[in-house]
Order: sequence, then structure tokens, then C-alpha cells
Amino acid sequence: MDKTYYNPDDLKKFGDIAEFQPELAEKFFDYYGSVFKEGALTEREKSLIALAVSHAVQCPYCIDAYTKDSLQKGVDEEQMMEAVHVAAAIRGGASLVHGVQMMNKVKEVTM
Amino acid sequence: MIKSLQARQEPLAKSEAQVAWLENEGGGERFSSKLQDCGLYPLRATGVTVLQVNLGKMCNQVCKHCHVDAGPDRKEIMTKETMQQCLDVLASTDIPVVDLTGGAPEMNPHFRWFVEEISALGRKVMVRCNLTIILANPKYHDLPEFFKKHQVEVVSSLPAVTALRTDAQRGKGVFDKSIKALQMLNAVGYGQEGTGLKLNLVYNPSGAFMSGSQEALEKEFKSRLSSRFDIIFNQLYAITNLPVSRFLEFLVESGNYDAYMDGLIEAFNPAAAEGVMCRNTISVGWDGYLYDCDFNQMLDLKVAVKNGVHIKDYNAIALNEREIVLGQHCYGCTAGAGSSCGGQTA
Ligand code: SF4
Ligand code: SF4
Repeated sequence: MDKTYYNPDDLKKFGDIAEFQPELAEKFFDYYGSVFKEGALTEREKSLIALAVSHAVQCPYCIDAYTKDSLQKGVDEEQMMEAVHVAAAIRGGASLVHGVQMMNKVKEVTM
Repeated sequence: MIKSLQARQEPLAKSEAQVAWLENEGGGERFSSKLQDCGLYPLRATGVTVLQVNLGKMCNQVCKHCHVDAGPDRKEIMTKETMQQCLDVLASTDIPVVDLTGGAPEMNPHFRWFVEEISALGRKVMVRCNLTIILANPKYHDLPEFFKKHQVEVVSSLPAVTALRTDAQRGKGVFDKSIKALQMLNAVGYGQEGTGLKLNLVYNPSGAFMSGSQEALEKEFKSRLSSRFDIIFNQLYAITNLPVSRFLEFLVESGNYDAYMDGLIEAFNPAAAEGVMCRNTISVGWDGYLYDCDFNQMLDLKVAVKNGVHIKDYNAIALNEREIVLGQHCYGCTAGAGSSCGGQTA
């Protein structure tokens, strides 16, 4: 079998992180559960944000989990892809806006 | 158009093969022992308030998830004689609701006569209308008027408010036709306040995943259908796909079977188990045989009543408190908020 850093089955074992540090894990999972409950934003909106962020942080576990979660919440393909584009636009924009910093520096040190 | 499993001679077209797969292939705790743990075994009926009659496997669509394996190539339909036997049972009992399903029940040549006779007995009629049938042939164009005349409650499937998701599950062009049919139903008063004409939608996930919150999905469907297509409806029923027939075949073929079953088992909810629909339903097959539900019907698991497994031998006393026949597929009814022909149960 190929050895890889990521194993899809590990997603199911997320809760096992409590094995090495139960107290912090419990706090985290409590918090996590509360974050995704319906509040000022709907669960559906939160799922789409999570999907976009998953792509920004490029976490394969999160992409797997929130693709399925979005589908369960009735999100369609077009909406999911638009969320990914939002992540891509912010990432791209975040690089590009630093271009201004580069330009500032160039102008500072050149004649 | 794809064909039914039966026409493709797929092994899973046979109910025995499906039962064997469900009982042997998946690991996981037996459904009956799960019920035992929460004090619900043996599971018994609590009476019969719904007679669900399957008028046949013939359908104008061939949806990928269909648990009936219905399609245009299926010729099994209920005879007028069997319908009369159903009417006799209704006349001798006080079952208040008759739920007509199929296939496309409207394709049965005696459909309208049957609806008229049930109405004449003063019972409420529900029809599981696939929407596209209304546009399939000019002879069906007046169905909305016919439904209205008999105050039939219309229950129709729509898995998404987009063509891509809907057509992937139900066939090319189904979304556009469904929208047109919903507008026709709205036009005669269905879904409109004050008319009493109920139009309910069924949401089945179009893949190997469970449904999200029924309430949230209903909100979403209402807002998108109304803003995009000016369509209104009463309620949305979120239903879990049970691993039966074509949906079972899809799960197996796509390699999703184990994960899907694990998900259902993990989401087992005792409150949903208590409210499963078989406890107040009798399902009648196209040939008059009796089952605890439409799923058991497709798996050919007849009611556990001695000498009373056919509508002509309907034994109200025995059926009202019969023990339900269970299998691993039942996990589909008890996952999360539960699932029934009327949506969530818990
Ligand atoms: S799901 Fe309904 S509409 Fe689709 S093929 Fe089956 S019976 Fe016909
Ligand atoms: S599949 Fe049928 S018998 Fe099993 S729990 Fe669901 S309704 Fe009852």
C-alpha cells in the first residue's frame, strides 16, 4: 500500500486527539459545536464559510467534511464552487495587495 | 434514458439478492438488537391510519435512486379488481387516509376511478405525483384540475432548486418540467393560502449523504422557488434514501455502501425509531399483497400475519397490532431526525 501523510480514515478519529490532552480537546469540541449552531448566521451559511476556509487552509479533511456537510444542507455545486472562488480571490488578493508594500519599498530605495 | 435494474438484468433487481446483501455484506449491529437496547423490540404497529397503495411500477421517469426500480419498461400495475378489494377494506374500516404511490400512479388506467371511489367513501387521498407526468402527455394535462376536484393532497419530489442536481438524480430535463408542473398546480390553487389544496414537496438527497435539517431546507426551498420561479408550496418533507433497489445499487457501484450504512447506524435515534411510519401504515403492493411499508414491499418482506398477507384477506385486528418485519434497511428510517413518507419523525 502507498504510504501517504493523509489517510481519509483519520477524519473519523478526530475525537481521538483527546487521548493525549482531554481537557483542551473537550473545550475545543464544545466550542466547535457551538460555533456551527444556528445563530445570526444559518447553519447552511456557516457550512459554506467553512468550505471556503477549508480551501484557503488547504485541509483535505475539512474539504471532505464540509463538501458533504454543504450537500446535506442543500447547497448546490454552483454555490460550492463560488465559495471556493471567494477563498481563491482572497488568497490571490492577499498576495497582490502586498504588491503595494513592494512598490513602497522600491520607491523608497530607488532613484 | 437508463433502464430499470430488472431490464438490465442486474443481480440486485431481485429482492432476495437485496435482502441477502443488506443482511450479510454490511457489518454493524443488527437493527433488531439496536431496538432491543432501547426497549422497542419487537416493534409493533399501533393501528392503521394510512393505507398506502402502490398502483404499479410503471413510470415515465427512471430516477437513479428509485427504491421501486420503476420505469417505462415496468409493466406491473394494479388491476381494477385489486383496487375494488382495497375499497372494500376501506369501507369496512375507518382508515382515514389513502396514500397513492407507484411508479407514476396516474399511469394506471383506473387511477381516476379509484380516486373518485375513495373520495366517495369520505377518505382523504394523497398522491405521490412525480410532476413531469402532468406534462408527459396531453391526457394528463388536466391532472391539477382533477386533483383539485377531489381535494387530493399532492406530494412531489424535488431534490434541489437547480437543474444540475435535479436532473442528475431524476433524468435530463426533469427540473424544467417539474417547475412548469408546479406552476400549473399553483395556478389552480395548490399551495395557495385559503384554498385548502395542499402541495408538499419531498427532498431526497441526490447522493450518498443524509439530509440536513428539514426546517432549514424548507426555508431555503421556499425562498429560492418563490424568488426564481414564483412557486409556493406548503411543507417540505426531508427524506433519507433507504438502501433498497436502485439506491442500493448506486451505493454498491459507487463504493459508498459501507460509509453510508455506517453513517445511518451511527445516527440511530431512539425517538425516531419510536415514530417509524410502519407503525401506523399498511402498504399494498400492485398485486394486492400487504407489507409494513413500501420498502419492505420492494424487498418482498410481507406482513407477519398468518393467512392474512393479501388485501382480499385483510384482517384488521391482527394487522393493527402486528409485529413489524425488520431488516438492516430500517436504519434509514431511524437516522438523525428520522425519515418517513411524511418527512422527519423526531
Ligand atoms: S422515484 Fe418516483 S418518479 Fe422516479 S422512477 Fe421512481 S417512481 Fe418514478
Ligand atoms: S423500512 Fe419500513 S419496516 Fe423498516 S422501519 Fe422503515 S417503515 Fe418500518
